[in-house]
Amino acid sequence: MDQILLQILNGLDKGSAYALIALGLTLIFGTLGVVNFAHGALFMIGAFCAVTLQRILNISTITIDPTKTDFLGNPAKIKTPVVETWFGPEMGASIIDWSVPLAILFAIPIMAAVGFIMERGLIKHFYKRPHADQILVTFGLAIVLQEVIKAFYGANPIPTPAPEAFRGSFDFGTYLGYEANAIIYPYWRMVYFGFSAVIIAAVFAFLQFTTFGMVVRAGMADRETVGLLGINIDKRFTIMFAIAACVAGLAGVMYAPINSPNYHMGMDFLVLSFVVVVVGGMGSLPGAVLAGFMLGILEAFASMNQVKAIFPGIDQIIIYLVAIIIILTRPRGLMGRRGVMEE
Amino acid sequence: MGILEVKNVGKRFGGLQALGDVNLSVAENSVHAIIGPNGAGKSTLLNCLVGKLIPDTGSVMFDGQSVLGRKPFKINQMGISRVFQTPEIFGELSVLENMLIPCFAKRDGAFHLSAFKNMLDDKEIIDRAQHMLEEMKMADKHSMNAASLSRGDKRRLEIGMCLSQEPRLLLLDEPTAGMARADTNNTIDLLKQISDERDITIAIIEHDMHVVFSLAERITVLAQGTPLVEDTPDNIKGHPKVREAYLGETQDAA
Amino acid sequence: MLKLNKRDTLLFVIVTAMVLLAPFLLNPFPQGSSMAQMFNAGYPDLMQRFVIFGILVIGFNILFGLTGYLSFGHAAFLGIGSYAAVWMFKLLSMNIIPALILSMIIAGIFSLAIGYVSLRRSGIYFSILTLAFAQMSYNLAYSVLGNPSSSYNLTNGETGLQLALDDPRILDGAAAANGALPVTKLFGLAMRDSYNLNVGGWLFTFNVGYYVAGILMLISFYVSIRIFRSPFGMMLRAVKSNQQRMNYTGLNTKPYTLAAFVISGMYAGLAGGLLSSMDPLAGAERMHWTASGEIVIMAILGGVGTLIGPIVGAGFNEYFKNILSKINDGVLHQWLSFLPDGLENFIVGILHYFVGKGWHLTLGLLFMLVIIFLPGGLVEGGQRLAKMFKSKKTDDESDSNNTPAE
Repeated sequence: MDQILLQILNGLDKGSAYALIALGLTLIFGTLGVVNFAHGALFMIGAFCAVTLQRILNISTITIDPTKTDFLGNPAKIKTPVVETWFGPEMGASIIDWSVPLAILFAIPIMAAVGFIMERGLIKHFYKRPHADQILVTFGLAIVLQEVIKAFYGANPIPTPAPEAFRGSFDFGTYLGYEANAIIYPYWRMVYFGFSAVIIAAVFAFLQFTTFGMVVRAGMADRETVGLLGINIDKRFTIMFAIAACVAGLAGVMYAPINSPNYHMGMDFLVLSFVVVVVGGMGSLPGAVLAGFMLGILEAFASMNQVKAIFPGIDQIIIYLVAIIIILTRPRGLMGRRGVMEE
Repeated sequence: MGILEVKNVGKRFGGLQALGDVNLSVAENSVHAIIGPNGAGKSTLLNCLVGKLIPDTGSVMFDGQSVLGRKPFKINQMGISRVFQTPEIFGELSVLENMLIPCFAKRDGAFHLSAFKNMLDDKEIIDRAQHMLEEMKMADKHSMNAASLSRGDKRRLEIGMCLSQEPRLLLLDEPTAGMARADTNNTIDLLKQISDERDITIAIIEHDMHVVFSLAERITVLAQGTPLVEDTPDNIKGHPKVREAYLGETQDAA
Repeated sequence: MLKLNKRDTLLFVIVTAMVLLAPFLLNPFPQGSSMAQMFNAGYPDLMQRFVIFGILVIGFNILFGLTGYLSFGHAAFLGIGSYAAVWMFKLLSMNIIPALILSMIIAGIFSLAIGYVSLRRSGIYFSILTLAFAQMSYNLAYSVLGNPSSSYNLTNGETGLQLALDDPRILDGAAAANGALPVTKLFGLAMRDSYNLNVGGWLFTFNVGYYVAGILMLISFYVSIRIFRSPFGMMLRAVKSNQQRMNYTGLNTKPYTLAAFVISGMYAGLAGGLLSSMDPLAGAERMHWTASGEIVIMAILGGVGTLIGPIVGAGFNEYFKNILSKINDGVLHQWLSFLPDGLENFIVGILHYFVGKGWHLTLGLLFMLVIIFLPGGLVEGGQRLAKMFKSKKTDDESDSNNTPAE
């Protein structure tokens, strides 16, 4: 039992990331009808927003302290981050410590701008082109974005730690009455799951309860009719694209402490997120979320040693296997609607 | 016993009964029109005949064989060709190639792996396609891209493609929808000529009364998923039930 | 000639001449000159890649160019072909013929299975399904089937599958006496043998492996021309154009697309087998989905759906990858030394991101530009240029064929 709980918990953080990316993919697909191969790159850019903010906060002034010497006997250079001089050493240090959560505020305008530019500058011109062209141009964009990041940040992963307060682990085992250390779960992963749940809930609430969301949902169901009502659907879709970019970006920001950001993390997540979208059902938002968590948890179970002893390597291929089985048995995915992307 | 026998066909979409209990018999070598107001179930009925939809109840027999559960391409191979509301042709291919494809399909069947034959060496097929193009008065356009044809020419090409398969039953779904008067009259003449010159049964779904009354030998009126009456055009014109359910309504709308 | 029409014959003759004369054409600069270091491409290794990737993209074009089905997992078949060939070298013989045959058969079997499932869906679903299958194959090859300690180590994981002295090689008998690994060969001809021709300052290399691969590419090209001109090829184009009309014309689209998928999978298998024949080492990275993406890029760059496009695309991609990755800041400074220092440094500072290790960025940008402005690829670009020159000569001739709109 404790093992099962542990695996479910382990699956939650990856599942959250899948769900958030798949949610954005589905929003873009459902509204604009475009399959965005550059969506993984948005996730990656989000993660690098966290890296960038951390670097900005660590910009330091160097002073020479004549009273101390370094090991060569020269006067020691002391780095003082600018924020510490501005806010005082204690406040400054904790601002640096909290750089990842702070990066959420930093990332929102950046991601919205990136999304806006992408949609207006490029994707808009591809609405009337064949789907293959849309896939290809966003694929090209994904390559370009990841190479740009690589040019500026290098090819190696950049560790981006979570705030000190969340670095430990929580012992669920003792809490639930199992033996100690049976179910250990890092705090930050819990934060990530909670954060994802809030974002997902916010997106659904936004679509459900605002007029804007209602129009977008109507547009997803029948774009032409909504257009005929005289509603400027294109403008709303641009905003929707920016929102989807923010969702992917925030998923990336908060994921930075779990997995040190590198330039190809977007591509790695993208392939799996597509699988998630297909399993959930193209165009279905609840399907994307459900499938994201389901596949994340399945992957966690498949990486248990007991399972791997029976099916070696199953953890590497389980998601694809499930996807293939689902496509064969339920061609529209778990919650797919009729007529989406058919013929 | 007609060539097409529809018995007790019903089809339901969720809560909507699209087709109630349709019985229809189309006599061989006749022109049979199916008319009815919007939402009467005409298109649903047509889709049940060609394999796009499978009815919930009833049977559809073509020439003594059931078509139910067969895929569209199998039903076509049985001898039913379909003309669509908006012409469905191969836009990126040339007019001649458009005509070659049904000729190959007729001779070689649903799948034929002929990866090493040169298409232009196949004199038999080429002659047949060119002959058909001449009959459709399109021989001079053979090298054009089909997508660049005018609406009327696309319709002619599509009808020609269907005829080149020598079908026994030709189904037409509002063949003159969205056409200018002149094109409509041309299409009527073409269809008249086809039914006069060939051993072919034509079933036509149509909105335009002018088309229906100039072509049809028998008319079935469909309303709310069930056939109201079936009779000759003259009798249909005067039928009170029809005027009430259909003709009256179109006059109001017009 | 060869049952081709005039234009196709001309095209085929030109390609043949280029393949046969490539060692001259690709080495326009004398050996040792700085231009040669940068722009000469007549090395066996690079020339082999030109023609092998040519085969791969010719095959991909039969699927994507004719039917419009965009496979994002074609590298899987390339990798499968590579592994199959290396196994043949290990088990049977160093002769490349059985290896190539097995590569094509195994890739054909895999593409039949993967195609059968993936082709149940079309459009985006198809692309994603092929992507999932390829990524699954990659994971299988990389870790599951490549664990050196397990009893089913088919791929040797990260290290890659390679030859060993104690391989059985049933037909070849004992290993070479000197304890060196045997080399791949076509009967008596070793793939890596080259004949060097020195003319003045020029050095031309004629490599056996290149010519074997080149001739196979010509055969592949010929086959693809025949397919394009056959009724089968027309049916594939009809699938791309209008599946609905296909179905209502009594044609079953599925076997047509599946046949195209298997044919292009076998092309990829042949290319993979050839890669292993040139260098008997097969690694999983050949199957990664970015490798599949590169196949798509090559096809698009050249021109999808055209006969010559795949060869142009593969050649262009490999050639520029080679040049761009060789350019470094020193070379840039040398080229731009005529500029004032500040400007020179500034320009070099910018170009720095696009050359050397940054060549991916340049090709990515180029790829986007081609899709946005030139959907028909370089071939379309060439045709447009040719048209521009022609229309200048005969300005009034146009518009005579156009039909009136409705």
